[in-house]
Amino acid sequence: MDGGLDLLQKQLVDYVASLFNEFNQIQSLQDESNPDFVVEVVSLFFEDSEKLLNELAKSLDQQDVDFKKVDAHVHQLKGSSSSIGAQRVQNACATFRHYCDEKNIEGCLTCLQQVRNEYFLVKGKLEILLKVTKQSTSRHSYSQLHS
Amino acid sequence: MLEDYVSNMVRNGVVMRRRRQEGYDGFDLSQRDRAQQAHVLAVDDSLVDRKVIERLLTISCFKVTAVDSGRRALQFLGLDEEKSAVVDGLKVDLIITDYCMPGMTGYELLKKIKESSAFREVPVVIMSSENVLARIDRCLEEGAEDFIVKPVKLSDVKRLKDYMMRDDKTINKDRCLNKRKLRDPSTSPPSSHSPVSKSTSLSSSQSPVSKSTSQPSSPPSKSSSPQLSESPPFTTSPPPSSSASTPRL
Repeated sequence: MDGGLDLLQKQLVDYVASLFNEFNQIQSLQDESNPDFVVEVVSLFFEDSEKLLNELAKSLDQQDVDFKKVDAHVHQLKGSSSSIGAQRVQNACATFRHYCDEKNIEGCLTCLQQVRNEYFLVKGKLEILLKVTKQSTSRHSYSQLHS
Repeated sequence: MLEDYVSNMVRNGVVMRRRRQEGYDGFDLSQRDRAQQAHVLAVDDSLVDRKVIERLLTISCFKVTAVDSGRRALQFLGLDEEKSAVVDGLKVDLIITDYCMPGMTGYELLKKIKESSAFREVPVVIMSSENVLARIDRCLEEGAEDFIVKPVKLSDVKRLKDYMMRDDKTINKDRCLNKRKLRDPSTSPPSSHSPVSKSTSLSSSQSPVSKSTSQPSSPPSKSSSPQLSESPPFTTSPPPSSSASTPRL
């Protein structure tokens, strides 16, 4: 087989493997008795996060920004990213909270942008993870692995 | 071919982990545990966290009821104003709750549970994404068994079994007695095993820190546990192996 293609394949496999490492906590909770766990929890994460991001944009757009409310939303997002294993989103949220404490609107807006970017990055990764997870669960029966 | 390679890697990885967990479970489960699964009430306002904790608990062979607020938890326990218990003879062996929740915090829920005659003996564990010493202390002083820093890991949940070995009727009586002794600062009970259990079960890197400093409701039990042989002196001295006492703030 062509050497270049081999290399590309290897890179792809390594990349996918790294995704599994990054999210291996969530992965490890899935098994044959709960084959949809990853899909379910990741979908919840997407829904939850996008709702929070919208709320954040709205809250920061007010005349009188309620920083307590903004902080509460960021806290929530930080929490669920942490549970999923989305480290970069979690870190961006931590910075965001500092600006909430300081009631710094500019800082908050910048952070919202940051958090948004990190979120969409991790969403892309998770979507790949979901695709590969779905493929492997549908192509083989688990009983094969126990033989 | 690539897909096969990845699929196998995924499957093997997932299955291997599962096997390890199953092996561990098989080793841990006593006959009694197998016969009656312990029932855990989980409280968390976050959808994602609720799903994860539910899964962690199920994998660890607990029966789980998950609710989204302190209010609902009280309703479930029949401790709300309407005093409506959902199930007759409701048996809850452990309550695990998030700290930061809108409406009623985990701390407030803890207090309400400890104030009730029906459920005050049920071990309560607090979870929080924030590792704040004052918060941990406050919860432990109010009677929480443990304080888990999120994200919750399987090893954290497996440790919960330790708090439930008091299902035994004979142990219950001793525990009540010892708890009262512990609350009274003038007496020193023979053993406080919780700091010991913290120091020996180092599977989780996030085991609470200040457990050893405030022990109002540290349960005795675990008469069969080898750890009791190294029970530290009571009061506030740290456990022998101090790695669990290292502040992680």
